[in-house]
Amino acid sequence: MKKIKRLALKVDFHQAKWNEPIIFELHQAGERGVEIPLASEQVVKAVGDGLSTLPHNMLRANKVNLPEIAQARVLRHYVRLSQETLGSDFNVEIGQGTCTMKYIPKINELLIRNHKIMELHPLQDISTVQGMLEIIHNLDLAMREISGLDFFSFQPSGGTQALFAMASIVRKYHEARGEGDQRDEIITTIFSHPSQAATAAVKGYKIITLYPDKDGFPDIDRLKEVLSERTAGFVVANPEDTGIYNPKIKEFTKLVHEAGGICYYDQANANGLLGITRAKEAGFDMCFFNLHKTFAAPHMCGGPATGALGVTRELKEYLPGPIVEKNKEGYYLNDTLTHSIGKVRAFHGVAQTILRSYAWIRSLGPSGLKAVAQTAVLNNNYLYSRVQKIRGASAPYVKGQRLEQVRYSWEQLTQETGITTEDVQRRMTDFGLHYWTSHHPYIVPEPFTLEPTESYSKADLDEYIAALEQISREAYETPEIVKNAPYNSTIHQLDEQDYLDNPDKWCLSWRLYQKKTQEVNVLK
Amino acid sequence: MTKKVHPYIPNMVSEVKQKMLEEIGVNSIENLFECIPKELRYQDDLNIPKALTEYELRRHIEGLLNKNISSTEYLNFLGAGCSQHFVPAVCDEVNQRSEFLTAYAGEPYEDHGRFQALFEYQSLMAELVDMDVVSVPTFDWGQAASTAIRMASRVTKRNKVLLANTVSPERRKIITNYGTPQLSFSGVAFDINTGLLDLEDLKSKLSDEVAAIYFENPSYLGFIETQGQEIFKLAKDFGVLIVVGVDPISLGVLVPPSHYGADIVCGDLQPLGMHMNYSGGQAGFIATQNEEVFINEYPSRLFGIVPTKKEGEYGFGDVAYERTSFALREKGKESVGTQTALWGITAGVYLSLLGPDGMYEVGQTIMQNSQYAVQQLNQIEGVNGSRIVSTFFKEFIVDFNDTGLTVAQINKELLIRNIFGGKDLSEEFPEYGQSALYCVTEIHTKEDLDYLVAAIKEIVEQQ
Repeated sequence: MKKIKRLALKVDFHQAKWNEPIIFELHQAGERGVEIPLASEQVVKAVGDGLSTLPHNMLRANKVNLPEIAQARVLRHYVRLSQETLGSDFNVEIGQGTCTMKYIPKINELLIRNHKIMELHPLQDISTVQGMLEIIHNLDLAMREISGLDFFSFQPSGGTQALFAMASIVRKYHEARGEGDQRDEIITTIFSHPSQAATAAVKGYKIITLYPDKDGFPDIDRLKEVLSERTAGFVVANPEDTGIYNPKIKEFTKLVHEAGGICYYDQANANGLLGITRAKEAGFDMCFFNLHKTFAAPHMCGGPATGALGVTRELKEYLPGPIVEKNKEGYYLNDTLTHSIGKVRAFHGVAQTILRSYAWIRSLGPSGLKAVAQTAVLNNNYLYSRVQKIRGASAPYVKGQRLEQVRYSWEQLTQETGITTEDVQRRMTDFGLHYWTSHHPYIVPEPFTLEPTESYSKADLDEYIAALEQISREAYETPEIVKNAPYNSTIHQLDEQDYLDNPDKWCLSWRLYQKKTQEVNVLK
Repeated sequence: MTKKVHPYIPNMVSEVKQKMLEEIGVNSIENLFECIPKELRYQDDLNIPKALTEYELRRHIEGLLNKNISSTEYLNFLGAGCSQHFVPAVCDEVNQRSEFLTAYAGEPYEDHGRFQALFEYQSLMAELVDMDVVSVPTFDWGQAASTAIRMASRVTKRNKVLLANTVSPERRKIITNYGTPQLSFSGVAFDINTGLLDLEDLKSKLSDEVAAIYFENPSYLGFIETQGQEIFKLAKDFGVLIVVGVDPISLGVLVPPSHYGADIVCGDLQPLGMHMNYSGGQAGFIATQNEEVFINEYPSRLFGIVPTKKEGEYGFGDVAYERTSFALREKGKESVGTQTALWGITAGVYLSLLGPDGMYEVGQTIMQNSQYAVQQLNQIEGVNGSRIVSTFFKEFIVDFNDTGLTVAQINKELLIRNIFGGKDLSEEFPEYGQSALYCVTEIHTKEDLDYLVAAIKEIVEQQ
């Protein structure tokens, strides 16, 4: 027998391809997927059909036009779709920079599948949810240590909502001081997440965006120019999407404070900073952590999630309520915050995610958390060194000084071969790997953003690098291979634009698809 | 002794670390942090308890959770925006799948299944609300209502918004926080006995400066607003848009708001297959017709079906992506980010399993069980099973004013009898005095309801 030869690159990968119909096409009249617990005979005897009390105009005339499908077929449909989805459990998911795609511990998933959390109603008497409140409070205490700030709310259910809550606090704070109308500008940076600017705009602010200087740092001279009595706040990530840590951050926050603004820190991704440096020492008044990033809660195709929002003592009264506190009798919900912005979301946030992150912190302890940051930064710098050696790839701005991620560029590759970062993206799926470019606008030309986290081994990183090297070689030698990718994915290249941006052609639901394909032959 | 390698951190192995440092060209990991000024370096150890092994962790967390009493151990009659329903096992099976659980922002190629499942969610919900377009899920009902209202404001280019005074006070907090400072809100009165919107008050507040009227149906207080058509006629004269919040589990039997003229419909998906999870099951939805003027105002992603370059194959992509804040930052429509995609997929599974008959049956059963509860509560001296005389769905106001007891006292006694009584309304709606909002669904058996009624009877009679 010959010894099996293993390559770093998964050249024989092919994703599942089930060609599943749209669920409506599985309809067979008369089949059903599940039985509902019906009202008992005595109840029916007592109240009748329950519907005759409804005014006629409120009764739905026809049953809902849903498909009728047997249970096993529904299940098979969805598990097949799941197989056509490349979760981070299945690949070396370092290509989704800024999102900290780390290992999601299975023990935490087991812990949340417990009726003692799944079947808690948010308005239950607090004596019956003491364990849940203790978990929330304990996570609050851990977050205080990690950030140096004083109080946390877990109500915001995503980074965008945490940013919105922070912009709301900024407004409320200035209003309380009689400067609400005067202070109408929020300053951010172009290498920060688009939601920073977008949520501040939702809250009525004019946005001022700082661009990087030649080394990639937010421009401090420009900051000085734009600060004024109109400055309400300054929001920034550090490191930004480039992975470059701004060493002058304390000077930034000092300048903003001198102008009367509030500084809030986007720590959606804080993976390179745990136990290393904190929001407080850098001069921030608020910060938030995405529990579904740094703190190992799963991303779940895009939520539910948590943006854990921390503030200094001075801003506690502005938090969305209620917050969990402790007194002699035990844990309770404090809803008496005097300047509270009100609420950003119903009840208390996503309890399962709070539990997962608490469990993750407890599984690491203080030295484990620091090892997370150290290893994430080690992994990133290893990748940084290797990727820059790939033909056509570069890492713009200052040399070194990268923490947990890097925004790279294929500018040279594109100039020399015509292959773009989108082409590379499609080709990566042929090797069973996810790859993301970056947020728009593309300030770094032909960008891609890698964040290896602490979860991946050197062998894993080498696999990802081997794929990038392979594609670079193909771009120079056989570019059509890259241009026409993917080949081993569930589907081939989309025949995109006209079907997504033309109102006559787009089909946002199955019923629209049916209408449009009957009227004209819109879809092939 | 070598430093322990944590199971989640493979590259703590010292030989590997050494090789990587050599590649980087530094002596130690410490060198990599030199970009952070000394004064900002945290010198202490974090004051967090030391690490637990997996087994210790399980003991610790289960120990904490065991201090809770769940709604499967006690009988639960709390609703008010989060309600206990039957969750089919297949819903849990699908949303626990590792592929869906750990996916995030993949492209149409490697995440074809995620795109299809969310497109199907959009399509199934579109049938339920009988409108052509539903976005991928948003945060929760309150935020969905906020965005629906802001969409209406952008469509009409007006800033005044009318809110029915029966809207959930918690949702009102979310709506006003999301709406200010650009929008101004005024309340519209309601009839205390029927719950129905006061059309005279509405008339007096409608004008061509008003962007939208928002009401809920079934309302927060449980009653069904039957004047949809009248509200529509009044509003249309002024070009005011109708935004309606709805409990989607009612729509197997209740007429969807689009049939009485709603322009934008929103609500919470939680009843459609999500466990309560101490409010972790909430997820918002927004629906409109397929009109460009509305589509262009959605902040969320909208997935559309697209052919691929291979004959007979289809894929999915982002429709009109350029409107989003992902594309345009502060110039996009509001903001978009991680919301509640997995609950959208789960709601799709739920609707696929129930089908037309299941949705009809669950709606009917909720009507029957809740009517039975009211009928039985009415037998208790001093208790009015339903303070509001209109037909209701799932929730109803139980009036305890004539018992001489407060809701707090009654709920305390109920708790002793292993019952979570209804939500105390005395602060939110003082006009109803000592009344509570009860929630009865398909999960409640006749025995459950009889036990509740007997318990309340006993408490009231002890008085």
